[in-house]
Amino acid sequence: MGPLFSPTVALAEKRLLDVKLGEIFSWLGTRDFTPNGLIGGVRKGHDRYYNKYINVKKGGIGGVAMLLAGYVVLSYVWEYDHIKHDRWRKYH
Amino acid sequence: MMLSFFDQFMSPTYMGIPLIALAITLPWILYPTPTSRWINNRLLTLQGWSINRLSQQIFLPINQGGHKWAVLLTSLMIFLITLNMLGLLPYTFTPTTQLSLNMAFAVPLWLATVIIGMRNQPTAALGHLLPEGTPTPLIPVLIIIETISLFIRPLALGVRLTANLTAGHLLIQLIATAAFVLLPLMPTVAILTATVLFLLTLLEVAVAMIQAYVFVLLLSLYLQENV
Repeated sequence: MGPLFSPTVALAEKRLLDVKLGEIFSWLGTRDFTPNGLIGGVRKGHDRYYNKYINVKKGGIGGVAMLLAGYVVLSYVWEYDHIKHDRWRKYH
Repeated sequence: MMLSFFDQFMSPTYMGIPLIALAITLPWILYPTPTSRWINNRLLTLQGWSINRLSQQIFLPINQGGHKWAVLLTSLMIFLITLNMLGLLPYTFTPTTQLSLNMAFAVPLWLATVIIGMRNQPTAALGHLLPEGTPTPLIPVLIIIETISLFIRPLALGVRLTANLTAGHLLIQLIATAAFVLLPLMPTVAILTATVLFLLTLLEVAVAMIQAYVFVLLLSLYLQENV
């Protein structure tokens, strides 16, 4: 984890959880949103998740279960616009 | 007012991005590749072992020439099993309920087995159209029947998978709606319905795995005849 004092570390090098709320927009400005940068970001995120939860000597069900739970939540968000009509419908 | 039970099979989109794209690429993400280390992590070892056993079982009855298909059929089976099982999670979309996808799997692979048979051993491949020991008067009729059954194979493969999965999902949704609606009215009946729902979900898990297996098994059978 990065150091907690903002004056000593440059804004662009901080991780998201170390950025203060006031600086969040300027932090977003330093992020790389080109296609290459986005792909690099996805790859880094994937590697971090993989090495923390799956690529361990005695990995359990937790790593995969978190992924599937995230997929369920994402699917719900994807279908919300369609499902919201079912709320108080009389005939399903 | 249209019933909304079939809406779960519509391909959902969100801001123009179809969910089917995510649903189809998800199995690829779920199976990491083994590294060049001698011993990988526990999950990867398990994955490698099960894939090994699976391909052994499928390719036991097939002769040497058919083993070229090992990678294709094993990966197809794993893909189908993963797609089916992921579709049982709530709110997810099952791509294998779309007939287009299943026919896209069935027709090219079936056609490949037929063409391989016709190229390498045409007499034997045509000979499959007439079972041994048929009485002479029956021969013309039987050849017509066998040709029809040959051409109906890809249709059967695709439709079998689609129909099984669609019917299962539909049943789950129907019984779940029934249990939910009955709960304030007749709690006992609702509990009974919930039990049926539980058993049905177990069945669906089994069907998901079995259907994928049957698909690949039949393909390997067609391959065995022709290779």
